[in-house]
Amino acid sequence: MNKRRAILIFIPFAWLLIFFAVPLFMAFKISLSHSVTAIPPYAPTFGLSEGWAGFKDALSRLTLDNYRFLISDSLYLKAYLSSVGVALKATILTLLVGYPMAYGMARATPQTRMVLLFLVILPFWTSFLVRIYSWIGILSNEGMLNQLFMFLGLTDGPIKMLNTPFAIYIGIIYAYLPFMVLPLYATLEKMDLSLNEAAMDLGCSRPKAFWLVTVPLSLPGIVAGCFLVFIPAIGEFVIPTLLGGSSKLMIGKVLFEEFFSNRDWPLAAAVAVVLLLLLVVPIVLFQRSQEFEQNKELQR
Amino acid sequence: MALLNDTSTQFSPWTDRSATPLIRFDGVTKRFGDFTAIDNLNLDIYPQEFFALLGPSGCGKTTMMRMLAGFETATEGEIWLNGAQIGDVPPNKRPVNMMFQSYALFPHLKVWDNIAFGLRRQGLPKNQIGPRVEEMLRLTRLEKFASRRPDQISGGQRQRVALARALAKAPKLLLLDEPLAALDKKLRQDTQFELMDIQERTGTTFVIVTHDQEEAMTVASRIAVMDHGKLVQVDTPDRIYEAPLSTYVADFIGDVNLVEGTVTAIDGESCTVAFAEGQPALNVISETRVEMGQRVFLALRPEKVCVGATAEKNTQNALTGTVTDIAYTGNVSTFHVTLASGHVIKAQASNGRRLSRRTINWNDRIVLSWTDTAGVLLKK
Amino acid sequence: MNTQMSWVNKLSVTLGFMFLYVPMVIVVIYSFNKSKLVTIWGGWSIKWYGELARNEAFLSSAIISFKIALVVATLAVILGAMAAFVLVRAGRFWGRTLFSALIYAPLVMPPVITGLSMLLLFIGVNLDRGMNTIIIAQTTLAISFVAVVIASRLLSYDQALDEAALDLGATHFETFRLVTLPIIAPAVISGWLLAFSMSLDDLVIASFTSGPNATTLPLRLYSTVRSGVSPQINALSTIVIAIVSLGMLSAWLITVRSHRRMQANEGIAD
Repeated sequence: MNKRRAILIFIPFAWLLIFFAVPLFMAFKISLSHSVTAIPPYAPTFGLSEGWAGFKDALSRLTLDNYRFLISDSLYLKAYLSSVGVALKATILTLLVGYPMAYGMARATPQTRMVLLFLVILPFWTSFLVRIYSWIGILSNEGMLNQLFMFLGLTDGPIKMLNTPFAIYIGIIYAYLPFMVLPLYATLEKMDLSLNEAAMDLGCSRPKAFWLVTVPLSLPGIVAGCFLVFIPAIGEFVIPTLLGGSSKLMIGKVLFEEFFSNRDWPLAAAVAVVLLLLLVVPIVLFQRSQEFEQNKELQR
Repeated sequence: MALLNDTSTQFSPWTDRSATPLIRFDGVTKRFGDFTAIDNLNLDIYPQEFFALLGPSGCGKTTMMRMLAGFETATEGEIWLNGAQIGDVPPNKRPVNMMFQSYALFPHLKVWDNIAFGLRRQGLPKNQIGPRVEEMLRLTRLEKFASRRPDQISGGQRQRVALARALAKAPKLLLLDEPLAALDKKLRQDTQFELMDIQERTGTTFVIVTHDQEEAMTVASRIAVMDHGKLVQVDTPDRIYEAPLSTYVADFIGDVNLVEGTVTAIDGESCTVAFAEGQPALNVISETRVEMGQRVFLALRPEKVCVGATAEKNTQNALTGTVTDIAYTGNVSTFHVTLASGHVIKAQASNGRRLSRRTINWNDRIVLSWTDTAGVLLKK
Repeated sequence: MNTQMSWVNKLSVTLGFMFLYVPMVIVVIYSFNKSKLVTIWGGWSIKWYGELARNEAFLSSAIISFKIALVVATLAVILGAMAAFVLVRAGRFWGRTLFSALIYAPLVMPPVITGLSMLLLFIGVNLDRGMNTIIIAQTTLAISFVAVVIASRLLSYDQALDEAALDLGATHFETFRLVTLPIIAPAVISGWLLAFSMSLDDLVIASFTSGPNATTLPLRLYSTVRSGVSPQINALSTIVIAIVSLGMLSAWLITVRSHRRMQANEGIAD
């Protein structure tokens, strides 16, 4: 019995340690080395052949230079800040689009609800790349939207939408809308409608009852949805590259370019480590809120 | 009830010193961390008994059952089955089967396959499995549902499938964990008789865990009342009801008046108990050995107390009071009578007449009367 | 309960779903466009599908992607199911906190970081990059998703079912094979499908861990898309959308039907 249990624990544990924890540690270590023109393009490397002395020697050559550089070069600071800013704004916009949608879905008849739920989940399974790609054709200068505007006579020449921050926001909202709608729908759907009726019975107007009863009670869904959009949006790479062009600096893209174009691996690793540190706060907050909700469910 | 007095033909192996028990708990203790679920417990259960473990939730009754099934091992002490220690025998090697509270029917298997599951694991040849399953289906009247899946039958039918599945391997001992808790009251009562019938026909020893005292009283040959991991009293249903050993048992089983008082006179088995200033002392004949001046409780069942304008004939106790509440439950009415001392005594009368012709009403002054053998004296 | 949708509700739901679906519908429609100019409608045609079918590069990438996805999904389901059992059933053990952190962290970790650090490991141990490295990297990520899907099923699993099987004489292995696995099968299957579609869809991790002979479909698609819209990509996208929609739709219909059947039967039984 215990042997079986030990094997059951050991196999996935070992896999995740070797292929997830160790690589992260290596990234951290490489972020402390410096770039050289060699293969691999960083030094010092840790070899087992040099033994303990070699290890200590390599250890002494580790440096915080990459981090100093990240701070001194305003490019990176700007990229971090604008990533957080874009993610924050996009999250709020997604909430504004997603909330009425989830609310409407929760008020539909049970059969309709099943269909709508299916329709929200479907895009999630469809290729992310395809869905982002579909917006290129819409937002480009000769794209669908500009053709429509010109046809309606709203504008004479094409409005530049692709390769602007606007396109990035559209992309993030579009890609992450299901992540917002699903948790919102889950809380709104199980909400007791008689609470609203009670509020109105006690003299609230309909909007006031919504604001004082529905919104506070759906807060767990709002929190979950916002984290689920905000966290991946910060490190987003495909959307700013395909839709944003060079209009907005985002850290995921910087990391990618640092790594592949400049081949400065130590710096890329340092960028990743800082990005991770940046994400630790929202991730921990998210975990906390989820645990809190779970405990509340359990106590019920 | 007449049968109960006829001890010569009565099934009562526990009174026979030469009878060998099927199950023996020998100084069994079970701890979960700091929590003691079972506390140094000794108990014998005999073949063909219908034994009920009764108690509030958390009293340890389920732990006892799970130790018999093999899902828990005793921290201390030994459990014997059929003369062999079973502490180290894993659940799949024990001649014990269990009917789970949730029924635990395999949702992906048909009723037929659910019942055949244990037989197949046993490696029984195919030509024997079929007849045995059919037999079980007949026993539980499930022939028509053999090819349904558990989610396609009703709660009562599911309960019978669980029973048939557990009985299919003809276990020496069948454990039933709150078997009827999920059924509604009417169905539960019918099923209780069905269970007794099946138990008698198969001759299997049943151990049932329940928190429902009526259920235990109905089905069991003996009841063990449990509290905090200890056996408070192990006895036949009538003894548990008529001769509880403690106020805990008296209070747990049925409705009871508990009057606390002091022994003021003893004459053989009869004694008198004073319970309040200005109230007459109560005359009691009880097996309980008491001493002069001892604090005791008189446990008195409401249905053994008569209510009327005057005391009933041949009663040795009479108290006067005012009716402060009447609970009408159709077949009986329970009167709450407040005495001048402030004590409230409950008395029950069957409603032989229609409600409109009831002679006793709120605020009536009435007399409560009962015989000296109606109650039991309890020391704790 | 009042389930009547007000016109505001109807409007917001309609607009929301239009936002979600119009872009995809446009891609599908324009994949049948005769004109080579992607934004000008030139009449109906399926010629781009024909060209796609003759596009060796896309075809070989698709085959590579499918192969990888099959292996990834299968590996991830085995490891993820084990992890789920550990999370739900194993109780306390040394390193439990670390274990659950290792399961949950990849769910929220930006793929750029996961991909980058994976690559650093592969280079560190001198592993040639190619299909194998992609498989390892994607599996590692997929384990977490599969584990979460299966763990949530296991949480609502009545453990009395396993006890009942043991009680009836089944061995531990028989209990797993005959009772546990069939009952959690839907979760295992959806875990597999999730891992499969994640692998097919993955761009970021694959771009870090792929080698010269392992250009997956998303990698090929990405490099083509960077140079703009093309009718062939529209056709490819349409095929992807069609496959996903049909798969999801049939899965959904099966669920709905079994759900209805269950309700109907309950009506009869009681």
